[in-house]
Amino acid sequence: MLKTMLRRAGKFAAIAAAGLVMSAQAAEPIKIGSFLSVTGPASFLGDPELKTLEMYVEKINESGGVLGRPLELIHYDDVGNASSARNFASRLIRSDRVDIIVGGSTTGATMAAVPLVEQAKIPFISLAGAVVITTPVKEWVFKTPQSDRMAAERILSDMKERGITKIGLISGTDGFGASGRTQTLEVAKELGVEILADVTYSGSDTDMTAQLTNIRNTQGVEGVLNFGFGQGPAIVTRNYAQLGIKLPFYQSHGVASDGFLDLAGASAEGLRLPASPLLVPDSLPEDDPQKEVVQSYKAEYEARWNAKVSTFGAYAYDGLMLAVKAIEAAGSTEPEAVRKALENIQGHVGVTGEFNMSPEDHNGLKADSFRILEVQNGAWKLIN
Amino acid sequence: MVNRFMQSRLRDLVFLAIILFALPAFLSNPFHYDLATQMAIIAATVVGLNLLVGFAGQISLGHAGFFGLGAYFSGIMTGSYGWSSIPALLVGAVLVGIIAWIVGRPILRLKGHYLSMATLAVGFIIAIIINNETWLTGGPDGMPVPSLDIFGWELSPFGSYSLFGMELDGNQAWYLFAALVLLVAVWFAQNLIDSPIGRALRSVHGSEVAARVVGVNTASYKSLVFVISAIYASLMGGLYAHFQGFITPAVAAFDFSIVLITMVVLGGMGSTMGVILGAVVLKLLPQVLADFQELETVMFGLILMLTMIFMPKGLLPTIQMAVSKRMKKKAGGQA
Repeated sequence: MLKTMLRRAGKFAAIAAAGLVMSAQAAEPIKIGSFLSVTGPASFLGDPELKTLEMYVEKINESGGVLGRPLELIHYDDVGNASSARNFASRLIRSDRVDIIVGGSTTGATMAAVPLVEQAKIPFISLAGAVVITTPVKEWVFKTPQSDRMAAERILSDMKERGITKIGLISGTDGFGASGRTQTLEVAKELGVEILADVTYSGSDTDMTAQLTNIRNTQGVEGVLNFGFGQGPAIVTRNYAQLGIKLPFYQSHGVASDGFLDLAGASAEGLRLPASPLLVPDSLPEDDPQKEVVQSYKAEYEARWNAKVSTFGAYAYDGLMLAVKAIEAAGSTEPEAVRKALENIQGHVGVTGEFNMSPEDHNGLKADSFRILEVQNGAWKLIN
Repeated sequence: MVNRFMQSRLRDLVFLAIILFALPAFLSNPFHYDLATQMAIIAATVVGLNLLVGFAGQISLGHAGFFGLGAYFSGIMTGSYGWSSIPALLVGAVLVGIIAWIVGRPILRLKGHYLSMATLAVGFIIAIIINNETWLTGGPDGMPVPSLDIFGWELSPFGSYSLFGMELDGNQAWYLFAALVLLVAVWFAQNLIDSPIGRALRSVHGSEVAARVVGVNTASYKSLVFVISAIYASLMGGLYAHFQGFITPAVAAFDFSIVLITMVVLGGMGSTMGVILGAVVLKLLPQVLADFQELETVMFGLILMLTMIFMPKGLLPTIQMAVSKRMKKKAGGQA
């Protein structure tokens, strides 16, 4: 009697234990690490990025997770400071032991984390713009936004189509503006566009008439390009209108948001810039493969957060979806397999563009993923 | 014998050494070592700043400028010009010392707010130069820095080493190295404080007029200590750059100057152990508060504010006072 009871109890215990182990295995989450500039001067990047990640991690988990495992998002706020970004990357890799990192709102934050990531051999999808992140190619580092170089290519080739070959350049001295200026100078040389005037302003300047007058007084300038970020370009745009300069005016993708239109007001009329299709989801032609993705991201984001969707959030959306796709293709979270899978992603349609990765290209986007938009009657109009 | 030891300046140093070398028992992963190493480097910087703020009573709001200058000098010389780390650190320190001396002489004649404004301006100028000279410094996006080599022996957070038969990974080795550096920094600072120079400095702090009356050349002592604290900052900046492997102009930014000053004030002005505690607390808080997310900054501010309201002398001096009061009470009760 006692024996049978003991035996039964033993059996129960064994089954219970097995059940526990199995459920533990099944529930073992895939850890996605992220460090973003959610507060601080770059919060306009980090905030929509974090919201996007949170929202889609939830959505993916509701529909059963990835490879049957739930996703776990571990995120830190680097306050826009590269040293904290590096420290949080260190924490994600060494203490939280994440499987993949999707983050890095700014180029500085990304580059500060790169040495750690490369050494720890963890796949890292950056959400920052500058071309240095993936050129030269770093084995474990990928990125979702188009580079500033592509923006320069897109702008200058649109100018050339309009017959503009001699331009004035005005750029900010912050990271975005400085890198954009360097890339513009290089691309201009390749495309045979002459830069006759090259002036800069600092982020805290409140009036750029002096620089613009300088450009206006330069003989032979046929168009003007402003490469900058934040409120600087809005001031440049206002000054441009105040000075009554009639030359075609271009801005960079750095200000491609509805917020910019509010800041610049009527002065923005007629200016062009390269931008994500996210700004004009409904004007995209029906046969555009991105139309559906763009529309649904915009709708879902705005419904969930009751806030305007932003291009920067879309970088995080693409980063997360690329990560998920790679983990699914790899069939595990083994870093080397995931890295290989990321490198082999072809024809992935994201909000930012169509990604075709390769061992030589860890960004996977082409310059034409940028659409050229023009401001008409205070709204974005798709030109090309 | 024991009492005399407890009174001596060696006491603090020995305590610090014990804490530093016992700490690894509580560090469970490389991230902890990573953080502890940074704490040691920043603490050494603050020990230097404390000489100026805590002992000479002068305020520098531009110290991150010197830190950043040291960091970038080391980074550029080793990275772009193939120098070895030690000469780069030393030459950088000498250069920063000279710069501090040149700007210090006229600046330290100023008093009160004028002095803080002048150091603020120096810090800003350095930060702007680092930010704008993209060809040299990589500009706002920063630049990579090679790992530290000490006469051909490379100390990298990613290497592995063996010391007295113990296997150490790069982070542990760096921690031990940084702990040694901190001990040397504290030893030097304490010797300076107990020297005639230190006494002269404290007299300047107490009353500059009185100091001058008894024949202390206040201007030259003030600029001497300014130079010494700038050299501390420069050396630590260089080490920090080598350890981090990547630096951005944020290391020279105004914000960081404020953080350094806050460490001194929070920990306890004029107390070498206090400012080390200040550095540890301020480095640790962002990591501890990371779980509060949006409230992180609010919590951070709140903690600082409450500390300054209820412990105006700083963390360590207040704690020490409380402890010694209790001990006296006990002793009194027994007698």
